[in-house]
Amino acid sequence: MYLQITNLHKNFETKAGPLVVLKDINMLIEQGEFICAVGASGSGKSTLLRQIAGLDSPSSGEVRIDGKLITGPGPDRGMVFQHYTLYPWMNVQQNAEFGLKLQGLAKKERRERASYYLSVVGLTRFAKSLPKELSGGMKQRVAIARALASEPKVLLMDEPFGALDVHTKESMHEFMLDLWQRTHITVFMITHDVEEAVFLSNRIYALGARPGTVRKEIKVQLPDRSHAVKRHAIFHDYRDELMDLLRKHGQEASLAVAA
Amino acid sequence: MNPSSAPPQINSQKPIKTLRPSTFWRLAEDIPPSLNWGLMVASIAIPLFLWWLVTTLGNVDPKFLPSPAKVIAAFQRLWSTGDLQKDTIASLWRVGVGFLMAALCSIPIGVLMGSFASIRALLEPMFGLMRYMPAPAFIPLLILYLGIGEEPKITLIFIGVFFFNSLMVMDTVKFVPKDLIEATYMLGGKRLQTLLQVIFPYVLPGILDACRINLAAAWQLVIVSELIAATEGLGRRISVAGRFLRTDEIFVGLIVIGVIGLTFDLLFQYVLRISCRWASQKR
Ligand SMILES: Nc1ncnc2c1ncn2[C@@H]1O[C@H](COP(=O)(O)OP(=O)(O)O)[C@@H](O)[C@H]1O
Ligand SMILES: [Mg+2]
Repeated sequence: MYLQITNLHKNFETKAGPLVVLKDINMLIEQGEFICAVGASGSGKSTLLRQIAGLDSPSSGEVRIDGKLITGPGPDRGMVFQHYTLYPWMNVQQNAEFGLKLQGLAKKERRERASYYLSVVGLTRFAKSLPKELSGGMKQRVAIARALASEPKVLLMDEPFGALDVHTKESMHEFMLDLWQRTHITVFMITHDVEEAVFLSNRIYALGARPGTVRKEIKVQLPDRSHAVKRHAIFHDYRDELMDLLRKHGQEASLAVAA
Repeated sequence: MNPSSAPPQINSQKPIKTLRPSTFWRLAEDIPPSLNWGLMVASIAIPLFLWWLVTTLGNVDPKFLPSPAKVIAAFQRLWSTGDLQKDTIASLWRVGVGFLMAALCSIPIGVLMGSFASIRALLEPMFGLMRYMPAPAFIPLLILYLGIGEEPKITLIFIGVFFFNSLMVMDTVKFVPKDLIEATYMLGGKRLQTLLQVIFPYVLPGILDACRINLAAAWQLVIVSELIAATEGLGRRISVAGRFLRTDEIFVGLIVIGVIGLTFDLLFQYVLRISCRWASQKR
């Protein structure tokens, strides 16, 4: 197993007492898979991703990548955040290079590698632009190039397209599929957008809320990955199944809150 | 149509009030450049004109309020003897040394306080307390410890700037998005790298702004510091002129102080604009 999450629990201490956010999470992800975890907002998706990233440590259980226990953040996991996290004073090229600079790579090598990944995300032309001159979709592509430049074992994405408009989102979906087919990178993406999950991933973990648990694991097999497939009955079946899963547990959760 | 099923017509007689356009009263919007410049010129010209009007038409004792012409004459007199230049340089020197030392100490300390909760807990209570002690109240102690030379004057400026600037720099660091720091960790950044290569550049515009504000404080304190047995300096010039009722020289001193202060301010804004172009849209 490549990415392995075993019996992961996460509690937060709050003023109202301990809050169980993640309960008994088990996930097994193979190299080269495109995985989505879908859940309503507040279901603990970001918390789960932070445990994998090593930005936070589980209350119990463990996360292993390639057999190695995760104890802290590091460049073997590329992370793309929901909010734009480019360095505003650096241009696109410098942003893409920055991870390699932190890791101590020689100037020539990091320039070449960053340029390569900028061309992969199609932003070579904007190498000299500042982040504030880019659109939202372009910013996220720079963030992806920046993460890929370190050649991570897995790309972690926290609702990376949540802030984008529908059309930009669609083109980012095409972009992601294309990128994944070319680089064969392992992707673990979390989202609340059910269609996004069905369209992009090989496998989906549907998360229930309060506490966040894996309700169901769904293998996605679509006839093809073009936008036309979204009108296909199979696509609708996947979508409806997931919607039902999320809706049911959403109701339970709101009842639990009311109680 | 059944009238009872129609939607209730509240105030059907009254026309709906819409926001009328305005040029002068625009909330949080720019005004046309011509109006902007016109108003800015008027801001200086109207008080000058009133001053001239009062001293020309009114029967005002020049010992009480000298006319603009008298003040210009006093300026030329002080300039030709070289006294004004000497005073200005003396004051500038004190501000320069005191402020630079305070800035050089407070910027790293402020960044550390903002970045590390531990250092903040260690220093913030003391700094918070010191900030509320007016720097001029230290004058007797400074004379006692350091005598009446340049040291107590420069130290006074240092005290007046250091604590404020540290706390203001600390506050700017609080605005660094947590995501940006965590993104840096994910790219392999160590803590020191993150501090020097991410936090510091991010807060640099805020630091320059804090320094700009505290330079104004330093410039005020130098005038106060020259009450400590100084032989030259703009503050000294004003207090001597006051003793001999040379009101025109008081005005010269005040105007020179104001103009130099404003020049510094504009200079800082300029440096900020050219060195941190990425931040220009935010302000
Ligand atoms: N550091 C924290 N301290 C306390 N509660 C937290 C913390 N982080 C997240 N939570 C709580 O955990 C729950 C899940 O949050 P999150 O993982 O951000 O959900 P999602 O990303 O699915 O919207 C929320 O109820 C949130 O309030
Ligand atoms: Mg989230």
